[in-house]
Amino acid sequence: MFAFIAHVIRRDLSLALRRPADLVAPLCFFLIIATFFPFGIGPEPELLRRLAPGILWVGALLSTLLSLPRMFADDFADGTLEQMALAPYPLGLAAFGKAIAHWIVSGLPLALLSPILGLQFDLPPDALCVLFFSILIGTPALSGIGAIGAGLTLGLRGSGVLLSLVMLPLCIPALIFGSGAVDAVMTGISPRPYFFLLAAFSTGSIVFAPWAAAAALKISLE
Amino acid sequence: MLEALQIECQRGDQRLFQGLNFCLNAGELLFLQGNNGAGKTSLLRMLCGLSEPVSGEIRWRGENIRRMNERFRGELCYLGHQNAIKEDLTPLENLMVSTRLHDETLDEDAALKALVEVGLSGRAELACRYLSQGQKRRVALARFAQEKRPLWILDEPFVALDTQATRWLSQVIGAHVERGGLVVLTSHQAIDIPAGRIHPLFLG
Amino acid sequence: MQTIVWYKFAAPAAFYPLAGRMIPWCWGLAALSGLAGLWLGLFVAPIDFQQGEGYRIIFVHVGASWMSMFIYLVMAFWAAIGLAFNTRLSGMMTRALAPTGACFAFISLWTGAFWGKPMWGAWWAWDVRLTSELVLFFLYIAFIALTRAIDDVRRSDKAGAILVLVSVVNIPIIYFSVSWWNSLHQGASVSLTKSPSMASVMLWGMLLCAFSMWMYSIAVALIRVRGLILERERNTEWVRALLIQEEK
Repeated sequence: MFAFIAHVIRRDLSLALRRPADLVAPLCFFLIIATFFPFGIGPEPELLRRLAPGILWVGALLSTLLSLPRMFADDFADGTLEQMALAPYPLGLAAFGKAIAHWIVSGLPLALLSPILGLQFDLPPDALCVLFFSILIGTPALSGIGAIGAGLTLGLRGSGVLLSLVMLPLCIPALIFGSGAVDAVMTGISPRPYFFLLAAFSTGSIVFAPWAAAAALKISLE
Repeated sequence: MLEALQIECQRGDQRLFQGLNFCLNAGELLFLQGNNGAGKTSLLRMLCGLSEPVSGEIRWRGENIRRMNERFRGELCYLGHQNAIKEDLTPLENLMVSTRLHDETLDEDAALKALVEVGLSGRAELACRYLSQGQKRRVALARFAQEKRPLWILDEPFVALDTQATRWLSQVIGAHVERGGLVVLTSHQAIDIPAGRIHPLFLG
Repeated sequence: MQTIVWYKFAAPAAFYPLAGRMIPWCWGLAALSGLAGLWLGLFVAPIDFQQGEGYRIIFVHVGASWMSMFIYLVMAFWAAIGLAFNTRLSGMMTRALAPTGACFAFISLWTGAFWGKPMWGAWWAWDVRLTSELVLFFLYIAFIALTRAIDDVRRSDKAGAILVLVSVVNIPIIYFSVSWWNSLHQGASVSLTKSPSMASVMLWGMLLCAFSMWMYSIAVALIRVRGLILERERNTEWVRALLIQEEK
């Protein structure tokens, strides 16, 4: 079972590495969003520092959204998804592996990039650190919930917009706890409760969402 | 071994067929024929468990495949319309990945041998997007060179293959049936499979 | 005995005439209780000494909010039934309820804003309930958009059911996170519930209005279900027979 999940992850990672441009594009999008906000709201450091957690978190959410439609679409188009559904393991495990792989190529780089973007907003070092960890812990939830959305909208016209409609409301807790953690540390409160809640939400999503995603995929394959 | 009982199939509003029955035993081949749109692919997908018949049931070793799930899929090998190969990977990688996903072990030497068998010698390390349609089909078929699972379900396996590859595939299928395997396949061409009992079935 | 009756009406052909008989009754009850409720609310109930006449919007607002939440739960119920037993009718029920639920969520948001303007001096406050209601509205929109985007009926029903169930599991978490967020960011929170003991005539007015909306929802949902049944079963014998009969 674990070997199967590992195969799925390794396969998705090696496929992702063959197309590095697709990996970098969402990161550039993240960078651009973060850079554009100061143009809109002015360069006062005090204001920017105040808004940074929210902006960076929403940016991470939107960048994740960019790479989600392709989570299953390519495999659906060339018949690989069908073969996965016929593998002697539950499809939920394959979806789980794919969600993990998605997080490794999307959430992890976003987390690594976020402290650098935080510098643009003049965040203090401890806030940068909390920002990094909050995105690191929170993005698995986005990959998990995103897997459901991607499964439900697979092969539909306008699936990108639909995906965001379906997925964004469900991601509100991650956004609140994630940006809240950064906010907390800047106002001098301990970010720990936020981290616990965020970790709980992420764990729940990444464990349960793939099964819902698998149910959605089975419908799409019928 | 593989039984279909009173299968009914609908696509949209249209009823494609109903009351379809057959029973396929070890060492037999079901040759499914019919016009375009008669429901051949739909039937194959039902036999795999990818979709559900509107009514009726499909049994494997006397048990409903819906209930067997993974146990059934562990004995099944399906080749769809699409080749299920990745353009970015090489034939060798594709073969390794697809066998692993199906929980089989295939070492690299055996994989290379299988690729040579399907006539892809010297192409094993080339990304699949540089291959022709027929060669891609061969990559997908290479899995069957070593495949030991009892039930093969093949959707148009001969499409895009040249005479040489067609002959090779016929032999592989024949050998499988000879060993006591079961094959369900569709084809618009006449098939020339050297061994076993062939049951033709016309749809539509 | 009970189960037999239940299964009998689970078939669209049997449900169609039953729904047809129920609709006029629901309309009637909706009209009667609605008029009574509004009469109590607008003319009989006393003016609130704090909020003046403006408070009277609660007769619409509270009922609409209740219904918007309740309808989502009913949808989740039908979605679960549909996925578990693969019944055709449940998918149609879920689908038929969604627009009504979205409509009530929308009404609830607007009446909330109308109420908020004189009370808080702002159309919108990031209050827990208003925000959650807005999220609920988004969930309705997502459901409607998703099910309308899928042409295949079976797939559309099942996809919608999965979405509703996933959302219903998520709603308490969202509500919790929003109230957590709200408690930290908003010092002086505006409270809607802590109004001094409500006069019983107000309570009655509110309950009657809510009942009226309930009946209205059932009536409208049944009309939609009947439409869906005709559309989906158009190739069956009984629908043909019915149409021929109606033409005469």
